Amino acid sequence: MMRNTIKTHSLKLLCLAALSLLVTTARADVRIDDPWVRATVPGQSASGAFMRLTSSEPVKLVSASAKIADTVEVHEMSMADNVMRMKQVPALDLPAGKTVELSPGGYHIMFFKLHSQLKDGDTVPMTLVFEDAQGKRNSVDVQAPVRPLTATMPMGHGGMNHGAPK
Amino acid sequence: MKKMMTPGAAHGPIADLSTNPLRRRVLLSLAAAAALPLAACGRDGQLKNVRGIDLTDAKWAADFSLKDPDGKTRSMADFKDKLVMLFFGFTQCPDVCPTTLARAAQVKAGLGADGSKLQVLFITVDPERDTPAVLKAYTTAFDPSFLGLYGDAKQTTDTAKAFKVFFQKVPTGSSYTMEHTALTYVFDTHGQLRLALRHEQTAAECLSDIRQLL
Repeated sequence: MMRNTIKTHSLKLLCLAALSLLVTTARADVRIDDPWVRATVPGQSASGAFMRLTSSEPVKLVSASAKIADTVEVHEMSMADNVMRMKQVPALDLPAGKTVELSPGGYHIMFFKLHSQLKDGDTVPMTLVFEDAQGKRNSVDVQAPVRPLTATMPMGHGGMNHGAPK
Repeated sequence: MKKMMTPGAAHGPIADLSTNPLRRRVLLSLAAAAALPLAACGRDGQLKNVRGIDLTDAKWAADFSLKDPDGKTRSMADFKDKLVMLFFGFTQCPDVCPTTLARAAQVKAGLGADGSKLQVLFITVDPERDTPAVLKAYTTAFDPSFLGLYGDAKQTTDTAKAFKVFFQKVPTGSSYTMEHTALTYVFDTHGQLRLALRHEQTAAECLSDIRQLL
C-alpha cells in the first residue's frame, strides 16, 4: 500500500516536473529592442529591418513574416576585401542571455516584393518565429517603426563621431 | 658619360636611385602602391595620409557611357570641373548602399559652399530591377543632385570591369540579391581618378581625403 502511494506520488511529481520543464522551455523570453525598418521610395520592392534580440534561453530565429511583403528572410551581410556579400541565413542563433544585433554591417531581415511604399513614420507589424532547443516554436509580434531611407546608423551609434581612424 | 655622385655616397643601386630620375619615379610608384593608405607621390597633386586608397597613378577606370533616369547618355565628360564620387550599388540593398549614399550626402554638407562642386553618381549593378523611375526616386532621396546611371546587362558588366568592380547575383530563398564592391571612386576636377573610399570610412574621414582634391 505504502509503496503504491509513494510510487503514485513520485509519478505525479515526475509528471509535474516534466510539465514545468516543458512550460519553462516553451516560454523562452525573447526581448526585441529598437526595431526599425528602412523607408523606401515608390517602386522599390525590397527593404530591411534591424533590431537587437536577446533570449533568456538558447533559441534560433527560424522565420519571419509581414503582411507588407511577399517574402521575409534573414540575411547576413559581410565585407571582405571591399566587396559586400549577402547571404540568406536559414536560422539565426540566439545564445542564452546574449544580445544579437541585426544592424547595418551584419544581420538584417529582408523584405522582398513589398506591397507598398514604406514611409518614414509608418509602423510595420511583423511576426518573428523562434525555435528552442526542444524544437518548440514561439511566435512574437513586433511593431517596427519606419525610419528614413537616409538613416545612417541606428540610434546609439555615432555616424560621424568615430574615434581615431583605423 | 660621367655619373654625378655626391662625395661619400654608396655605390650601386642606391646611388642609381639618386641619379636616375626614371628609376626613382618607378620605385616611388611601387612604394606608393605598396603603402597605399599612406601614399604620397612626389609630384603635383600629391595626396597625403589618405584613409582611402590612393589611385592617383591608376591607369584604369577612366570612363563610362550609361543612361541617366531621363534616358540621356552620360559619360565623365558631362561632369567636367566637378569632383565626382562614383558608387556601384543597387536599390534593393538595405544596408551598404543607403549608408554609402547617406555618407555622401554628409560629405556634401560638410563641404559647405564647395558642396556644389560635388557630383555623386550611383551606377546600378541591378538594371533588371532598378528601373529609371526607381533609380531617380532613390538617389534624389539622399540629395536632389545625386544621379543614378544604368545600362543593359552587357554595359553594366563592361563598366564594372573597367572599374575593377566585382558584382554578382546571389539567389536567395525567393528572389536574388547582389554582391558588389563597396568602394566609392573619387575623380578630381580634372576628371582624373584619384581615390577609392572604403565603406568603413566615416564621413569625416572621407571629407578629409576629398578636401585634398579641391
